[in-house]
Parts: sequence; C-alpha cells; structure tokens
Amino acid sequence: MTKNNKELPERSAEDRRAFKRELTEVVPHLRAFARGLCGRPDMADDLVQETLLKAWAAQDRFEPGTSMRAWTFVILRNAYLTDMRRNRFRGEYDETAAERILTAPAGQEEPIHLSDMHRALLTLPPERREALLLVGAGGFSYEEAANICGCAVGTIKSRVGRARAALSSMIEDGDIPDRSIGDPTAHRAILEELDEVAAGRGQAVPTK
Amino acid sequence: MEAGERMAGADKRKVTTPGGGKQMDKKGGPDWTSGLKRLYDNVVEEPIPDAFKDLLAKLDDGKQ
Repeated sequence: MTKNNKELPERSAEDRRAFKRELTEVVPHLRAFARGLCGRPDMADDLVQETLLKAWAAQDRFEPGTSMRAWTFVILRNAYLTDMRRNRFRGEYDETAAERILTAPAGQEEPIHLSDMHRALLTLPPERREALLLVGAGGFSYEEAANICGCAVGTIKSRVGRARAALSSMIEDGDIPDRSIGDPTAHRAILEELDEVAAGRGQAVPTK
Repeated sequence: MEAGERMAGADKRKVTTPGGGKQMDKKGGPDWTSGLKRLYDNVVEEPIPDAFKDLLAKLDDGKQ
C-alpha cells in the first residue's frame, strides 16, 4: 500500500500545471506499454484512460522531480492486473480486432515480423511479458522495472531472461502461434499464471 | 540464448529478424530485441487520439 500516513505537501498551481504537462507527455508511453500488455488497441486505450484518471486523482502522491513514466506505469500495470482479475479480458478476445492490430500499420518495413513478434509476446505469462516490455522495449533499467513491479531486481532479471529465451525459441524455430489468446490452452495458462501474480505480488509501491 | 544454432523446425513460419543474421544487441539479447523496441516505439510515435486530449482537458475543469 502507498504511504498515506505521511503528510502530503500542498501543491501549488504551478505544481499542478507541471503535473498535467508531464502526464500529457507520458501518454504515448502509456499507450505503448498498455498495447504490449493487453494486445488490443481499444482495450489498451481504455486502460490508459483509466490510468490517467487514477493518476490525476492521486497526484498529491506524486513527488515532483521523480519519473512520471515510472509512476504512471505502476498505476497502469495495477489497473491491468485488476481488470484481468475481474475477467474483463477473459473471453473477449476478438479475432478480427486482433488481426487488425497484428497486421502492422502502414509505413513499417517488416510488418510480418513485428506482428509475429507481438503475437509471440502475447503468449508469455503477464509477469514476464511486462518485465520484458519494461526493460527490452521501454528502456527501463532492471532496478526501475523492479520498482514498477514491486519485486526484487533478481526477480525481474529472471523474468526478462525467461521471456527472452521463450521468444528466442519461438522466433528462431518459427514456432509463432497463429493467435495467442484465442488459443484456449495458451489463454488458460496465462490466466492461471496471472492469478498467481495477482494473489502474491499484485501490489506495487510507487517508485521514488 | 544460443537458439541461433537451431535451424531445424524452422519450416513452419520462418521469421526474418531486422538486419538479418544472428547478431546480439548491446544487452546481449538476440537481435529480435530491436523489433520489440520498435513495436513499442511505433505506438509511442502514433498521434495521440482526440479522446485523450479531451480527457486531459476535462481533468483541469474538474479539479480547479
């Protein structure tokens, strides 16, 4: 839980403007992280909207000068885990929508490659997917990723390592599933693992 | 991550990685990791949908 006990400093109008500006700047990153986590652009954007509202409501807990991106990512991943637990994403996989995402946007040189990549990514258990996204795509250090996920640095390293090994093996072997979440077995495995994550380590402490 | 040597079973859907070969990136990951980064960056570079601008604008009204 967050440290609500300590006195929160009064925020000036200037602080609030700065908060709003930083929150605005981080939106593209929130969208990218959410898209990587849940795959469906519409749900990802819903998740980002939810995150923005929560971040705004909690803005007094943000310490000016710290990383807005890290702070909001914590809110986003917790919202994602909560939504997953509430079945929001279960059984809602929309193959048409998925095809739309997975056929990459125009102007991309290797659409097949990237969509394969995304599909492969979506088959990973959420905790590994998230760790790999943070470190491998978001450019966070292991330490920062550990803070975001509320776990030890070693745990993040291990999750990233396993995620990389799994993706490497899928990509090198050409063993990319045609659709990830549509596959009932893969989906069940993901959800089972998620329940474990949510039960044990669903709670993260905002980064300092 | 020496999966690069394993070519057997590559018949199903052989995926070419950006830049071809089996080089490792700076962090010692296989070179598909640049694709992962691009997956993320592609979304970062998308224009922000109006829904977000509207939402951010509304936040101001509510709070002030």
